[in-house]
Amino acid sequence: MPDEREPRASAPRAAARRVALFATCVVDAVTPDTGVATVRLLEAAGCVVEFPVAQTCCGQPAINSGEPEAATRLARHFIEVFEPFDAIVAPSGSCAAMVHHWYTRLLDGGWRQRAQAVAEKTFELSDYLVEELGRPDLGARLEGTTVTVHDACHGLRNLGLKSSARTLLETAGATIVEMAEPEMCCGFGGTFAVKYEEISAHLADDKLEHGGATGARYLTSGDGACLMHLEGRRRRTGTGPECVHFADLLADALPAPTRPVAR
Amino acid sequence: MSGKGLVTPGPTMKARSKVAVGDPQLQAALSNLDLRLFTAGVVQAEHPEWKDRVAEIRRETLADLDGWIDKLESKLLSLGVVVHRAATPEEARRYIIGLAQREGVARVIKSKSMATEEIDLGRALEAVGIESVETDLGEYIVQLADERPSHMITPAIHKTLGQIADVLSKEAGTDLPVVREPLTAWARDKLREKFVGADMGITGANFVAADTGTIVVVTNEGNGRFCTSLPRIHVAVVPVEKVIPRFDDLGVLLPTLVMSATGAKMSNYLSMVTGPRREGEIDGPEQLHVVLLDHNRRVLLGTPYEDMLGCIRCGACLNVCPVYRSVGGHAYDSSYSGPMGKILTPLVTGGEEGRDLPFASTLCGACTEACPAEIPLADLLVRLRADLRTPGPVVVAGADQPAPPPALPVDHAGRSPAAHPAARRKPGEGYATPVTRIHVPTRRAPWSRRRAGFEAWARLWSYPSTYRASLAVGRLGAKVLRPKAGWVRRAPMLHAWTDSRDVLVPAGATFRERWAARERGDERW
Repeated sequence: MPDEREPRASAPRAAARRVALFATCVVDAVTPDTGVATVRLLEAAGCVVEFPVAQTCCGQPAINSGEPEAATRLARHFIEVFEPFDAIVAPSGSCAAMVHHWYTRLLDGGWRQRAQAVAEKTFELSDYLVEELGRPDLGARLEGTTVTVHDACHGLRNLGLKSSARTLLETAGATIVEMAEPEMCCGFGGTFAVKYEEISAHLADDKLEHGGATGARYLTSGDGACLMHLEGRRRRTGTGPECVHFADLLADALPAPTRPVAR
Repeated sequence: MSGKGLVTPGPTMKARSKVAVGDPQLQAALSNLDLRLFTAGVVQAEHPEWKDRVAEIRRETLADLDGWIDKLESKLLSLGVVVHRAATPEEARRYIIGLAQREGVARVIKSKSMATEEIDLGRALEAVGIESVETDLGEYIVQLADERPSHMITPAIHKTLGQIADVLSKEAGTDLPVVREPLTAWARDKLREKFVGADMGITGANFVAADTGTIVVVTNEGNGRFCTSLPRIHVAVVPVEKVIPRFDDLGVLLPTLVMSATGAKMSNYLSMVTGPRREGEIDGPEQLHVVLLDHNRRVLLGTPYEDMLGCIRCGACLNVCPVYRSVGGHAYDSSYSGPMGKILTPLVTGGEEGRDLPFASTLCGACTEACPAEIPLADLLVRLRADLRTPGPVVVAGADQPAPPPALPVDHAGRSPAAHPAARRKPGEGYATPVTRIHVPTRRAPWSRRRAGFEAWARLWSYPSTYRASLAVGRLGAKVLRPKAGWVRRAPMLHAWTDSRDVLVPAGATFRERWAARERGDERW
């Protein structure tokens, strides 16, 4: 899919950017390592990361289940928590897409304007690093590592993300081997994964087979929930490459040790 | 619908999906769809500007649909076409069957048409003793198998070549070879016999131009041409949204339709019918009837579902849909399958059928991306999930939405549209009420367990303290029930997940706890 967005003005690289991390509820509760990795990557790009502790969930499970009132409640909470910040970064294309695509459609009047303003400064992690900051080189070294990239749906189709995660990985020296149909859905789909379990597993098998056929060591993507579904299926069937968030791959390849920022 | 004619029977989409995923013959047949995968992208890749133009034409039409229908009707009447406006499938069937019986029709030949599938016309004709023959090869195969088409462009895509040979061999009374060419040749000869001597040809219409009254039928086999020109009576069943303002609009609509459907630049055949046979003409039907079918479509005008009426039935959304490609068309148990079917079925049936269909989607958005008419299919699926909480039709007359258009006048075949001033409206009036694309439900929804559950969840997670507490409870529960952290094969209460995949039981601290540790100066946070 061509990236139709306006090219952004080149960002100032010298001054440290203050960034609010939206960890997402999945990362907070289930895969906190991805959150730590996100912080490390943002800091490697020269950002000062803040974590507004009042944050919870973007509300996507509710709207996708046909419960827009509940989703609206969480949308308002998100806006109140994050609107004081200059930039909001999430290690999930799907959660960022929820803010971009649905908040303005859920809310009306003054809330709609606030939603618009918050959406304009909400970014998916790779998009923020590559397009907004112009910092694809974070110092991570992944020479000799082969990866194949799954384009997670909401990041791809609602945010237009296609190249940014690949750019980060390639800049780190990783070899990207494209799989067949990288833009095909993995079958997660939120509650779809349990409601239509058979179709969901069927699609995961297709994705893992395509990923496996590349011979890549890792199948990576920018959405933890899709990866949890794919990795869970891989562990069950024994087919396909290990499924890892690109943030985890890159952060593990940073020139450690982790240095906590003096505060 | 009734579930008749399905290779994947079952009471719900979920049940049918389970059958479909586990059917090796069906899965083998569906793998043929992979070949068509990239066709939907052809229009985008080669002519990105076409999509915008197509969407513009469709929106222009829908903004004053009744006006264009009136204009079309006047033109058709001036050409000597008999026009019948049918509000419901029953009315359409009654009109066509009544006509066939009056005219002493013994055999009807049908060109492929989704509208006649929607009103189940073929079976209705057979039920009153009129032979009805599907003449598109794929449709002919599924008719012989007593099944339903499973794809709007390739009706027999759910069948392998071997299964098709079985069906045709049974009809032939002899074993035909499992080879495409001889099978097709046999069907061709058989269908020729049926064309000759048919009294009535029934087609749908891909488009009907309001300015010229031209009915456009796109086929690849030439069977449509037989149906429109050979029998003495031609009936075109035309859902109201098939009208287009101008004949010239076909310049972009036709290639977009064909490229989106098959990837070809143009179809093998293109039939354009403008009125019945005139004096001095050597072929064409003596009578031409156009049945304009509403079936809960006009009530959608002015609502966010209006966009759905822009659909040109190309099938691109089916071809790219991960769910369709996994289960095929019969799992939907509806005339219309795939993403557009999940939306159109509950809408046109007034909420009586397919209420579970909008939930059978990963919401990946491939359909929205592929749609050459720029219909926000994924968004409409999300919206339907909310609107279907309320029993009954998805869209009804009410205070929360624009006033519905007046019902279509029922039976005024041959009369001037001027006799129906209620149906006339000027552009910009009435239906053109600005559509708010805000996702408020169309109507206030009743409470349900699901709604109460999400409401309670949203309230808990609107406060950091209760959110934190719920994470802590989750951790505690995980620890008690499944002491071993990491990937496990089974976990209590999670069987819907763990039946097909391992689950990650979180270990140690949440991210926010680790962040708090960092704030305290813990270097190994």
